[in-house]
Amino acid sequence: MSHEAVRVDPDMEYLTPGVVDLEQMFWTGLGATYTHCNQVWPNLYIGDKKTALEKPGLVEMGVTHIINAAEGTWNNVSTEMIHSLFLVNPSGDIFLEKHWKSVVSRSVCDYFLEAREKALDPEDVPPVISTPHHYLISIYRDKLFFLSVIQTEVPPLFVIEFLHRVAEMIQDYFGECSETVIKDNVVMVYELLEEMLDNGFPLATESNVLKEMIRPPTILRSVVNTLTGSSNVGDKLPTGQLSTIPWRRAGVKYTNNEAYFDVVEEIDAILDRTGTTVFAEIQGVVEACVKLSGMPDLTLSFMNPRLLDDVSFHPCVRYKRWESERVLSFIPPDGNFTLMTYHVNAQNLVAIPVYVKHSINFFESGSGGRLDLTVGPKQTMGKTVEGVLVTVHMPKTVLSVSLNATQGSYTYDNATKVLVWDIGKLNPQKLPNLRGSLSLQTGAPKPEENPSLNIDLKIQQLAISGLKVNRLDMFGEKYKPFKGVKYITKAGKFQVRM
Amino acid sequence: MLSMSTNNSSYNDQGGADSAVEIGQETTPTSNSGAGFGLFSTDFKKNDDLKEMLENNKESLKLEAMKRIVGLIAKGKNASELFPAVVKNVASKNIELKKLVYVYLVRYAEEQQDLALLSISTFQRALKDPNQLIRASALRVLSSIRVPIIIPIMMLAIKEAASDMSPYVRKTSAHAIQKLYSLDPDQKEHLIEVIEKLLKDKSTLVAGSVVMAFEEVCPERIDLIHKNYRKLCNLLVDVEEWGQVVIISMLTRYARTQFTSPWREDGVFDENSERAFYESDEEKTRDDTEIKPYTMDPDHRLLLRNTKPLLQSRNTAVVMSVAQLYWHLAPRNEVSIVTKSLVRLLRSHREVQYIVLQNIATMSIQRKGMFEPYMKSFYVRSTDATHIKSLKLEILTNLANEANISTILREFQTYVKSQDKQFAAGTIQAIGRCATNISEVTDTCLNGLVLLLSNRDETVVAESVVVIKKLLQAQPSQHSDIIKHMAKLLDNITVSMARASILWLIGEYCERVPKIAPDVLRKMAKSFTSEEDIVKLQTVNLAAKLYLTNSKQTKLLTQYILNLGKYDQNYDIRDRTRFIRQLIVPNEKSGALSKYARRILLAPKPAPVLESAYKDRDRYQLGTLSHTINTKASGYLELSDWPAVAPDQSVRNVEVIEPVRIHPSICTALFHFCPDSSQSSEESEKSSSQSEKSSSESDIEQKKKKKMKKPPQKKNVKPPNKDRYQSVMCKPNSWVGPGFGACVCVCDFSSCRMNLLRPHLFSRRLSVVISCVSGPAFVPEKSHNLLHRMTGKGLAAQYQFTRQPCLYQPNMVSVQISLTNTSDHRLEQIHIGERSPAGLKIHCFNTIEFLEPDASVTVSMGIDFNDSTQAANFQLCTKEDQFSVSIQPAVGDLFLAVTMTEQDFRKEQGKLQGMNECSATITVTAENTSSQPLNRRVAAMANVGVVPSGQDNVHRFAGKTACSGAVLLVTVELRESSAAVITINTEKSVMGSMLLRDLKKSLAQA
Repeated sequence: MSHEAVRVDPDMEYLTPGVVDLEQMFWTGLGATYTHCNQVWPNLYIGDKKTALEKPGLVEMGVTHIINAAEGTWNNVSTEMIHSLFLVNPSGDIFLEKHWKSVVSRSVCDYFLEAREKALDPEDVPPVISTPHHYLISIYRDKLFFLSVIQTEVPPLFVIEFLHRVAEMIQDYFGECSETVIKDNVVMVYELLEEMLDNGFPLATESNVLKEMIRPPTILRSVVNTLTGSSNVGDKLPTGQLSTIPWRRAGVKYTNNEAYFDVVEEIDAILDRTGTTVFAEIQGVVEACVKLSGMPDLTLSFMNPRLLDDVSFHPCVRYKRWESERVLSFIPPDGNFTLMTYHVNAQNLVAIPVYVKHSINFFESGSGGRLDLTVGPKQTMGKTVEGVLVTVHMPKTVLSVSLNATQGSYTYDNATKVLVWDIGKLNPQKLPNLRGSLSLQTGAPKPEENPSLNIDLKIQQLAISGLKVNRLDMFGEKYKPFKGVKYITKAGKFQVRM
Repeated sequence: MLSMSTNNSSYNDQGGADSAVEIGQETTPTSNSGAGFGLFSTDFKKNDDLKEMLENNKESLKLEAMKRIVGLIAKGKNASELFPAVVKNVASKNIELKKLVYVYLVRYAEEQQDLALLSISTFQRALKDPNQLIRASALRVLSSIRVPIIIPIMMLAIKEAASDMSPYVRKTSAHAIQKLYSLDPDQKEHLIEVIEKLLKDKSTLVAGSVVMAFEEVCPERIDLIHKNYRKLCNLLVDVEEWGQVVIISMLTRYARTQFTSPWREDGVFDENSERAFYESDEEKTRDDTEIKPYTMDPDHRLLLRNTKPLLQSRNTAVVMSVAQLYWHLAPRNEVSIVTKSLVRLLRSHREVQYIVLQNIATMSIQRKGMFEPYMKSFYVRSTDATHIKSLKLEILTNLANEANISTILREFQTYVKSQDKQFAAGTIQAIGRCATNISEVTDTCLNGLVLLLSNRDETVVAESVVVIKKLLQAQPSQHSDIIKHMAKLLDNITVSMARASILWLIGEYCERVPKIAPDVLRKMAKSFTSEEDIVKLQTVNLAAKLYLTNSKQTKLLTQYILNLGKYDQNYDIRDRTRFIRQLIVPNEKSGALSKYARRILLAPKPAPVLESAYKDRDRYQLGTLSHTINTKASGYLELSDWPAVAPDQSVRNVEVIEPVRIHPSICTALFHFCPDSSQSSEESEKSSSQSEKSSSESDIEQKKKKKMKKPPQKKNVKPPNKDRYQSVMCKPNSWVGPGFGACVCVCDFSSCRMNLLRPHLFSRRLSVVISCVSGPAFVPEKSHNLLHRMTGKGLAAQYQFTRQPCLYQPNMVSVQISLTNTSDHRLEQIHIGERSPAGLKIHCFNTIEFLEPDASVTVSMGIDFNDSTQAANFQLCTKEDQFSVSIQPAVGDLFLAVTMTEQDFRKEQGKLQGMNECSATITVTAENTSSQPLNRRVAAMANVGVVPSGQDNVHRFAGKTACSGAVLLVTVELRESSAAVITINTEKSVMGSMLLRDLKKSLAQA
């Protein structure tokens, strides 16, 4: 830029100011008044964001194109934890977007979709992706991606946990969390999102509170609503947010007062090819369904709380009481909730309820192989093992299988190379067996590795760790509630290496 | 400018619509130019019926339309053209409709700023609603509308809400602080004052949000935390989960600036070092000569103790944040208590596992011992996602030591056979790392890797070669066999990286395999042209090295290869070839360097260090986004180093508030007290109903409650600046076993009296200049007729004084006018015409382009009445007609409410004596003798603010005139037998006497 004013265009009277003039203007503020938009050349304007956003004004000026020449991230002051949320279906279409502040273009999702395409499996998409101006944190759940856009430092788990809460809330409201359900209830989902987050910070995430503000749909209510024209939005105050018990709504009334607790234990195990336990542990969870009137105060105690090695609680549980007396004391939320999860001391030997005899051979010639599987009960404490399901991830070269099951049925998916054998109930007298031949891709070498085998099972009326509920007491209300406890053992991540 | 690019993309969305339709449909009121720019058009076909539906009188149709609009927004479609039609429904009585309109407003207000202003007055009114939910949602939306012109209104609303009696509203105001800050960072100083006030709030609902605001607006103002530090620590367990995360991370930063390091060089920490205080003198002298023993600040301990229970939270983010707090703040020997909880998180969702494993990877480098007992939890399952697998591998490698290496290697053997080849390759690298780190197993690992060289999978072999190369470099002497074996492999391996590695290895150790090396070069010379670039480079390298060591056998071969390289397509290879030729082939031009060629090419090279990718991740605070992405994310706050000397500890001392102790076994759910029993607000009703509900309480408790209720009432009489009372709220979490002190919460009740006793944020400043205008205590619903529909030929107008400070100019009075078209035709171009008196300053509303039959619109304007009750006359014009109208202000509407302390009030009153004072004695009706009805009556009559009073029988009010800003002070003193003295002090004596007359009438009325 020249120092002195210059006449750029000989035909025009306009003198382009030089550095000195500009400096003068800059310091004195004379000569140029601040406007949002200046015409700097015929049909060429330089304007600020305000101008760019006002479409009617732009139309009036005859603007047809906008070039963004602004530097840096938006406004340079971004104070929200979660900026936007996009819901993406498995084929990569964005079917819902919600912005808690200014709109972020959905083109930001391209970075994510790129990563999605690169990954072989949707599970392999990295949960945190950084792009030039944003960070994308996503979860994959129920075949949907929940993708949030972040602009500033925030604990990633904070976002991930919140996204899972959103998914859980949708599940809770509509019975399932799928694209169709969300599309059908888009307005209500939107209202929920609006209540769950304010300025990127979680506001109401407790189901009890949300349900008071936005009533979940029921068939009866939707019929009534169409007839009377009333709405799903609560017109009363959510009282929960005002008490110190944010998880429980006030004024709960039931004619039948009941409290059910399900103790569900899962065995996580890795068994090696000889059947020895490489690693095994028990994870348990106490699911509660409490339908009690008023403000009941419950105390749940166990016969053998020492078994519990590590626990985590619903916020309603009084931690100090657990520390000192090893009892669960709480004012429950209304309805279904997870009271606690626990981990059973790994030092205790974990009973493995089933064993698997397996052999898989591939012929050297490389054209096929043989598979032979037998499942039998091991340490079942005299209970019946049900719902046994064996899943085998076959090597990539296995084209088809031709097997014979003595019990149950099997399927083989050639695309994913997964063999599923649904056995059902395990009969100790007659052990189920699956055997037959495998055929390989022609010309493919003999697979180097053996597949691994995952087992699913269920045992009713048994907590494999031996945990037992001692008693449940209720204070604070006068009626006698109906109480029930149920035990279930399941296989968690139960893997057998072949 | 992200929003800009958004628009661009949304333009594109609709860009394809056929423009012929658009030109015809371009009738939205905002875009009056008829030009059909395809760029700005939307799908009008769909939106047109939406507009009709919105303007329909049927609520159900409006609702239906709004639902469809929200559906459009959710799909990312542009619905901004409907703004004028939508904004009219902002005041709807239907809550669902209103909510949807709010959703819409927040989304589009920024794009349609002028139209968005129409909705502001609705929110201002809603801010005074008795229902806290409505107040809160009004504040939420008001603060989300990103329109700079309303910044003063937002500021005012935030200040008001910060002292609302409902904690929920206060929470909302904390959120609004951040929104306002991002809209206008210049408001920082004012916002800090609000933050400071809210930090003192004792409600667990508010704590998380205000700390969030603190972190965003003024994280550097650590001094604001001092006085609240202990309170935050004690409240923490009862704060909602999300707030806990924010508070913990803030306290982590705080603690690193305020306490000295608990990490001693020797790593031994004496937990009971507080005992040192009581130790005998001789021990003390011994201590003096040695290093001063470390004593943990009790506040430091308090933080560690109070966060520990949160490790049991169900929220993974809370657990992680406690874990990072312990990692960064706890003495070394205490950190391991977080291990179990972190391992527990591995049972959670895949994404949670990913983040937690990353953090464990960083932690396990420094502290193997922490996670070693849980090694098996990191065993890989074939069903794990790829990134989970590699993180687990990383951790297992970090955990490997002499004792467990055999177990780990056995596990690794299984992984090498995995179907996931990427993972198998990762395992081989991990084996390599174990081999270098633990010298005992180097040979075992090397042998294992050599076995893998005969694997059928190429990726596995290639990775093995690369790792073997690195291992051999560390100790080549014993392993010429392996080098020979690898030379043989060269015929079969096709992965270029592996081939290059083998070539490099042979070149580097060519003197150990003197016979094989030239033969390898011969083979490579044959295939040189078809090799990958990286292999070619290594071939050139090999040739050069052989030329230097064994030129007799390889001279020709080398020259041949150099010639091939000279004409290679790749310039890197050409460059390298030229360089090597100059270096090794002696000629007259090659100067001094070629003498040193041998030393250059065959210099002993240090073995590569195989180390973890997580080695230096701990430079970022654990659990942060920056840690996850391994770069500094914007807004990342650095964790400071421990100070060498602890700053003053006493800054955290607060005036001792005597706690009320209750025996834990007798307190149940919660008690909630309202200090002002006379206050008939719904809050107090609620609290009483709530206490009724806790029916289990025995009679003793009831008595206790009554006892506790008393002190607040007594204290009520004391001066207002001390009116901070205690109440007891026993929270379920703090309900603990015997021996644990009951948690006592102190509520700031000054904030509970929303409109009556407004807190005095600016009281000190006020005595200098009365500038602190507060919102009105009362907005009269009554609207006055401006233009009757008969005289207005169908145009009806009503006006109302909003009593808000005027947006446009501070000395104007803001008036809201609602215009209704009662005719059967559309009225166009409604605007303000001539006005009288001539000097009358009016800020007109924007011309209303048209008003459909039966439609109505509310606009606001500002009028400068110049502190007189003279009517403002002007003409209200439509396209065809002009109607003379006049607005007659009541004297009370010419004031603006001001907040003031009693002290300042007295001071001001002292200045306004003599002729500036007028007073009258009246007989008030019985109902006006109690404070609340009286306050309401006065507030209804004049826009004045209540001054908190220490005396029961004296009520004070303060205001200022809108135009000149003269102070107006009203005192109502109740005497015996329903007599009352009203005193008004103001320099505008005419206005004073007029107001006195009005007040007399009003208070004497039944």
